[in-house]
Amino acid sequence: MGGWTVEQGRAAALPVENIDTDQLIPARFMSTPRSEGYGPFLLYDLGHDADGRPDPNFPLNRAEAQGASILVTRRNFGAGSSREAAVYALVDAGFRVVISPSFGDIFSSNAVNNGLLPARLGPEEVETLLSACPAELHVDLDALTISGPGGTHAFELDPVWRQKLINGWDDVDLTLAHGPEIAAFEATRRTVAPWMWPA
Amino acid sequence: MTATGNRSSERRRNGPRNDAYDQTDRKMTAKMSPRTTLDKLWDSHQILQRADGASLLWVDRHFVHEGSHHAFARIAEKGMAVRHPELTFGVADHYVPTSGAPATDDIARMIRTLSENTARHDIRLFGTDDPRQGIVHVVGPELGLTLPGLLIVCGDSHTATHGALGAYAFGIGATEVAHVLATQTIWQKKPKRMRLAVEGTLMDGVSAKDIALNWIARLGADGGRGHAIEYAGSAIEALSVEGRLTLCNLSIEGGARSGMVAPDQKTLDWIKGRDFAPEGADWDRAAEAFLSLAPDDGAEYDTEAVLDAAEIAPIVTWGTSPEEALPITATLPDPSRAGSEAQAKRIAASLDYMGLGAGRPLDGTPVDQIFIGSCTNGRIEDLRNAAAVLKGRLAIVPGMISPGSAQVKAQAEQEGLDRIFIEAGLDWVGSGCSMCVGMNGDLVAPGKRCASTTNRNFRGRQGKGARTHLMSPAMAAAAAVTGTITDVRPLLKGRA
Ligand code: SF4
Repeated sequence: MGGWTVEQGRAAALPVENIDTDQLIPARFMSTPRSEGYGPFLLYDLGHDADGRPDPNFPLNRAEAQGASILVTRRNFGAGSSREAAVYALVDAGFRVVISPSFGDIFSSNAVNNGLLPARLGPEEVETLLSACPAELHVDLDALTISGPGGTHAFELDPVWRQKLINGWDDVDLTLAHGPEIAAFEATRRTVAPWMWPA
Repeated sequence: MTATGNRSSERRRNGPRNDAYDQTDRKMTAKMSPRTTLDKLWDSHQILQRADGASLLWVDRHFVHEGSHHAFARIAEKGMAVRHPELTFGVADHYVPTSGAPATDDIARMIRTLSENTARHDIRLFGTDDPRQGIVHVVGPELGLTLPGLLIVCGDSHTATHGALGAYAFGIGATEVAHVLATQTIWQKKPKRMRLAVEGTLMDGVSAKDIALNWIARLGADGGRGHAIEYAGSAIEALSVEGRLTLCNLSIEGGARSGMVAPDQKTLDWIKGRDFAPEGADWDRAAEAFLSLAPDDGAEYDTEAVLDAAEIAPIVTWGTSPEEALPITATLPDPSRAGSEAQAKRIAASLDYMGLGAGRPLDGTPVDQIFIGSCTNGRIEDLRNAAAVLKGRLAIVPGMISPGSAQVKAQAEQEGLDRIFIEAGLDWVGSGCSMCVGMNGDLVAPGKRCASTTNRNFRGRQGKGARTHLMSPAMAAAAAVTGTITDVRPLLKGRA
């Protein structure tokens, strides 16, 4: 996974609260191998009618949302399941940034692990952006700002996540570099809490 | 309920510190400022802390299930081995059939892939034919694999369940699962500490499920975001271990990644003698360590909230988020009275999806079926609670009862609970996630309304277009015998 610092792209509005992971990708699609691409599954049941026809009124099916890389949405986005497939669906559909007043915790870590920025803005700022959509936005991880028609907004992001998005780090390689510390810890743990290892 | 935020906790943030070994150095422990249960668990698992604040934590137990296939594929790509197969356990649950053969080839393949991956990496699997199979969050505690003081992860958000025994347990995504498989460690930032106290005595017919939905309704489905919750207070002490497992299980529905209850004598009695629990001299040492996880006097929390147990009525969700829950005695909300446009829109959309009218009473809403089971309410006590209502009564709507594990199933049959369910006209099936998530093909049909003891009333959770009302097992049993969402309390009058 490559890192990134600036995303300039079209923002699509999804003015809905509580978009949970089961809506982001319904369970029945989750046995599909990732190589087939998860983009078409994104928000499938919200965006299609009972017969599987795309609903032309669903925000992400509208012409102005095509090619969007930034999603603006209401509170508690990505609540629920740990299914990383919810993030795969967003990333495979071309999204690199989601802007919301609040995110599910596990969703956020999954997002960052896949180069997708969960950017938190205040509810009012999000409402401003929602009404400005469709819009071109400029997202800057260095400056931690989102600029667009309504001005520039500073967003919150954990510094660890910021570094990770910028560097595109693979944690496993980073961790393996700490081999000696891990081994020392393990040795002590075996002495102080031997019952920890199941018989 | 009162909630206070951000009580000063600055003085305990004294920079990178490694007290992984505090279990050996009691003098040092005694000199430290008072610590919460989370602080103790965190300190004893931290291998190192980076300058940016990220901590590398040791993982004591890692549970994998069918959904872990992405992570296994990832380590295969990198040609990596599983670092500690003896600390990793596989459980088949999400896709297993609860009766007959797997519903589709895809479902069969998911179960097979787990068997292949665990066999390849020498990981112990409780698979479909194992008498110890069940839902991972039921099986872990039941087998004594879940113990106080452990750090437990699983690629499943309801991993918070295990915290009921005093473990620090949280759900992780596939990338993190691959990392744990390869290194037995995980990078985390320390969450904020929240103390959620429930004081007083619960009314008859009110259970841990009602406590959980109650606080989520009050604080919101993101009310616990960024926090690890420590449940405390006299009502929590009075809860059985099963009830505590239900309560911690639902922490994630309030936005918290983990929830825990400090171990007490009840915890110890519950664990002792289980298959993988420590024995002999090990048990004595372990038991002492377990009890020392209780928060120190004067330990500080970032957020505190208090609930009055006596005020909690049986509660039911009416919408499509767990925060959209109301006491059974309430009427449905009216979007025209909402505080903001966004809220009005959400309420209207939820009522519309659920096929409910604004301002109508919740009690009396007809249901099409019921489901009792899941990692939230599939334990023996849950089945006993449902049976207490169903005994000698007939269900007037169809329903399915899926025990949380094969062992729970055997226990229930030994107690004769299965007869009560079958005589009431309900289906008594095998153990698995079943209709909680519908991955195995047990689905609620579009537009149908299900009274369910599960944890998520999300749109389409139990099947495309399915309408889910979350409630306790006793309330679901009451819905079965009346065909409506109704208050279970009158039905319990004169019964044990
Ligand atoms: S029972 Fe439901 S919530 Fe629990 S692990 Fe299975 S799918 Fe997840």
